[in-house]
Amino acid sequence: MNKTIITVVGRDTVGIIAKVCTYLAENEINILDISQTIVQEYFNMMMIVDMHNAKKPFAEITDDLDKLGEEIGVKIKCQHEEIFTKMHRI
Amino acid sequence: MINIFEVNETNEMIEQENLDVRTITLGINLLDCADEDLSVTNDKIYRKITTVAKNLVKVGREIERDFGIPIVNKRISITPISLVGAACCKTPEDYVTIAKTLDRAAHEVGVNFIGGYSAIVSKGMTKSDELLIRSIPQALASTELICSSVNVGSTKTGINMDAVRLMGEIVKETAEATKERDSLGCAKLVVLCNAPDDNPFMAGAFHGVSEDDAIINVGVSGPGVVKHVLEQVRGESFEVLCETIKKTAFKITRVGQLVAQEASKRLGIPFGIIDLSLAPTPAIGDSVADILQEIGLERAGAPGTTAALALLNDQVKKGGVMASSYVGGLSGAFIPVSEDQGMIDSVLAGALTIEKLEAMTCVCSVGLDMIAVPGDTKPSTISGIIADEAAIGMVNQKTTAVRIIPVIGKGVGETVEFGGLLGYAPIMPVNSFDCSAFVGRAGRIPAPIHSFKN
Repeated sequence: MNKTIITVVGRDTVGIIAKVCTYLAENEINILDISQTIVQEYFNMMMIVDMHNAKKPFAEITDDLDKLGEEIGVKIKCQHEEIFTKMHRI
Repeated sequence: MINIFEVNETNEMIEQENLDVRTITLGINLLDCADEDLSVTNDKIYRKITTVAKNLVKVGREIERDFGIPIVNKRISITPISLVGAACCKTPEDYVTIAKTLDRAAHEVGVNFIGGYSAIVSKGMTKSDELLIRSIPQALASTELICSSVNVGSTKTGINMDAVRLMGEIVKETAEATKERDSLGCAKLVVLCNAPDDNPFMAGAFHGVSEDDAIINVGVSGPGVVKHVLEQVRGESFEVLCETIKKTAFKITRVGQLVAQEASKRLGIPFGIIDLSLAPTPAIGDSVADILQEIGLERAGAPGTTAALALLNDQVKKGGVMASSYVGGLSGAFIPVSEDQGMIDSVLAGALTIEKLEAMTCVCSVGLDMIAVPGDTKPSTISGIIADEAAIGMVNQKTTAVRIIPVIGKGVGETVEFGGLLGYAPIMPVNSFDCSAFVGRAGRIPAPIHSFKN
């Protein structure tokens, strides 16, 4: 298990989840959990994914997701899970 | 499992409240580089630093990318050079060659500062200590990335007033030697009392002789985050205030602990300590003075400032120690003037004086920091200021320091611009009454009594 948190924030539009999920599927990245809200028309999504079998190295995936975010007009961030668990769990 | 609100909270801290890891500092022992031949010593130093620290910057960047947390500085601290050069340096100029070697090595590995051009003279000064101290003005004028520090006293030994007197002159000479750049050299020179061996923050970082061959120390930050959470508890009791600061300090420190462990694992170098200091930057919203204002002061420097700072400092430590296995270094709130926009504003508004800053240093780390004073300030006056700070550290068993910049050619009312993280500062007036007969006395101030505390 290689848990990573992907966050997507930006103006809401059709197909954001579809495009991100397609990319993840193509690269053998398994989605474990998705939560999503809309705050003042802003799309806000968090995914917990497992990159254990990912086809590409982490650096390349973050670059790809950066580019994908630019295309859709949202900001996509990709971070190892520990920064959140360390901060919010004793 | 982690939820979306927790993820958003962390990312807001990073993106909007300037949460970052201020520095990963790699401590390197250079004692095994000492040789009777100066050029051999220089070669060994260059080789050791560029070997041990080869991957420091690369690994730092990888950690930033993997966790999405900025690591502002990657730095190196080294064994005090007065020891390393003792066998081969016969003149101050010999020591300057080592400074240039260190500067070259720092550029080669891509760090932004290297600290440890230092001497520990808290009781007495060896010949080599004195040569190193006398070389400081030239060393800082002819290098870019070197930070220098001199420890002139401790609770156990008292204060070496011969060193204090000498440092007044050296600070002034360093200002003169770098006057073309607004006496910038003095921003990289700090005079300490009770200096810790494992401090990751510049300009006082050095790798003490009690340390491992190489060690990773990490300095966290986050005044902006503390300020932001305190906005939510305006008007609440001290209990709520303190709880809020503690919880936030815990969260901030955990990030530092994670980064330290990762850096240690990836570099194959043991983890030393986390320094829990709240270190401000000139960026808007990243200010310790702003926290004091949020606690309830109109300006930093108003009556109540020392108490508010004492409270802040203590809560940061209480929250931080639970978040990390090993805490060390300076660990407290920093109150530099030029590096903190809120402090600068307080000085400009007339709320904050050197005397109030001195009182504040009694309850927090580290001391009179990044304070610009008129260029015609006498060396004996600077020695007097150093002696006062050292006395506060000595009696209160804490680290204190003076990093003061007599800006040659400038006076009260003018400003000086250092650039980058060093910021800018209004030139503050200094008490003009004379203390030369006091600092002119030879010898040292004895160590204080450790009983009958009042």
